[in-house]
Amino acid sequence: MYTQALNTKDAPDTAEPEAHAARFQERIDTEERIEANDWMPEAYRRTLIRQISQHAHSEIVGMLPEGNWITRAPSLRRKAALLAKVQDEGGHGLYLYAAAETLGVSREELVDQLLAQKARYSSIFNYPTLTWADIGAIGWLVDGAAIMNQIPLCRCSYGPYARAMIRICKEESFHQRQGYEIMVTLARGTPEQKEMAQDALNRWWAPCLMMFGPPDTESQHSDTSMAWKIKRFTNDSLRQKFIDATVPQAHHIGLAIPDPALRLDEASGHWLTGPIDWEEFRRVLAGGGPCNRERLAARRRAHETGAWVREAAMAHAAKQSAQKQAA
Amino acid sequence: MPTTSITLDETPLVLHLLRRADDALILGHRLSEWTGHAPTLEEELALANMALDLIGQARLLYAYAGSLAGHDEDQLAYLRDARAWRNCLLVELPNGDFAQTILRIVLFSAFMDPCWQATTRSADPTLAAIAAKAEKEVAYHLRHSAEWLIRLGDGTEESHRRAEAALDALWPYSGELFEADAADQAMIDAGIAPDPATLRGTWDATLADVLARATLARPGDTWMQTGGRTGRHTEHLGYLLADLQYLQRAYPGATW
Ligand SMILES: [Fe+2]
Ligand SMILES: [Fe+2]
Repeated sequence: MYTQALNTKDAPDTAEPEAHAARFQERIDTEERIEANDWMPEAYRRTLIRQISQHAHSEIVGMLPEGNWITRAPSLRRKAALLAKVQDEGGHGLYLYAAAETLGVSREELVDQLLAQKARYSSIFNYPTLTWADIGAIGWLVDGAAIMNQIPLCRCSYGPYARAMIRICKEESFHQRQGYEIMVTLARGTPEQKEMAQDALNRWWAPCLMMFGPPDTESQHSDTSMAWKIKRFTNDSLRQKFIDATVPQAHHIGLAIPDPALRLDEASGHWLTGPIDWEEFRRVLAGGGPCNRERLAARRRAHETGAWVREAAMAHAAKQSAQKQAA
Repeated sequence: MPTTSITLDETPLVLHLLRRADDALILGHRLSEWTGHAPTLEEELALANMALDLIGQARLLYAYAGSLAGHDEDQLAYLRDARAWRNCLLVELPNGDFAQTILRIVLFSAFMDPCWQATTRSADPTLAAIAAKAEKEVAYHLRHSAEWLIRLGDGTEESHRRAEAALDALWPYSGELFEADAADQAMIDAGIAPDPATLRGTWDATLADVLARATLARPGDTWMQTGGRTGRHTEHLGYLLADLQYLQRAYPGATW
């Protein structure tokens, strides 16, 4: 997911007062929300900072592939809707950085980690947007997958994160409907438009399944995250939920899921897919996707070329407050 | 939708609406190019906001112009070639750096704010209603961009130098805002649009105030560029339209 790279293990906490730890777990178990000033195990804090910041970075990097089509959107209505959507994603980044800051880390530190490649963002944003249909596919599939993962996060044990997610989820489901509506329009359009829609689905389907992270058999982090109620469902169960919701939507508009092994399992009612190429997933996460370098370079360029602007704002603010003190 | 460029009967009112609409859409397009590349996350959102306001204004104006000229908003935006565009040259220039981007919003909004205010009293009720909405938005654009220009001018040595360079580059494009030809005069006489000459004093006062607070000197009198209102544009507009119109031109007649 937007936080799929959470597969590194933290060193266990040492010297944490056991009574605190027991009381903390009891609060989690009784579904009490943990707030910023409450006692929490260091590993809980670190896990949250990592997860929330990866989520925030994903929102920001995610503006790039869709931003690629704002100036070329095919109608003024679509242009305004896409620009508003990308702006929403920036807003999500802002709330999430603010939620991370409640854990005692600054936005600047987190951005520096992203630019130094010490922090990750979702693998999905390392794929290119080649046609207008990709804008439909991203809204439908990427925002759709994000919602599957994020709705349970609205009940995350950490209050500021849970509250940010409630606000974000509302907007993501609007994005999902909007994206699907683009796909419906293309699928019902000219043969060229329908082909464009199918091609976009062909390219985005497998990377979207990878958004949920490695299979449960390989995921190292789930156990503690589950016990802390940061995560409530496993990668595989969320992935299955997404597949079951999405396959009928594709069929409804006459698009084919690009998986020859796809079949409906009558007994369970689940759509079963063929194997996922986890090699590709690992390669993209490690920096070898089609756009990893461009995405990072774009973020670095924005950061570097904006430095003089941020410095000017600080210098001006300092002059203003010096003047106020003198007065 | 026709497969080639449209031809328009540019009555004075249609022409007036297109001039306003094209200004808004082209500036909105330029601001939207910042998406993903702004100097701060907050400014990312602010630039997108202003772009959305301007695109929204353009849509209302195109819808009205289209209802008079027999076209829809997308035909007006997507099926006119560069020489049929009526925006001023100022808005089509490339963004340049952040100082140039901000200064352009200041120069344009310092004109449009009083212009829309006056247009709220237009004899044309449809245009007056559009003006009432646009005026509130542009007042914010002016406030926001002026605050930035002050920060940049009165910030660091580098930001001051960049703000100065932006002023030097864009000033010759400010004169076109005040032009009025025979079609404009007809609109002025009919009480539909304000006479730009009457907005000069407000514009001068706004600029004097903002430049002083930004510790920037107003450039001396210079020649002024012109041509946009009659379709003689800079080299930049063709490339902008190639992006803007690409899908409609590549797949004529498709619905998106
Ligand atoms: Fe988002
Ligand atoms: Fe979204």
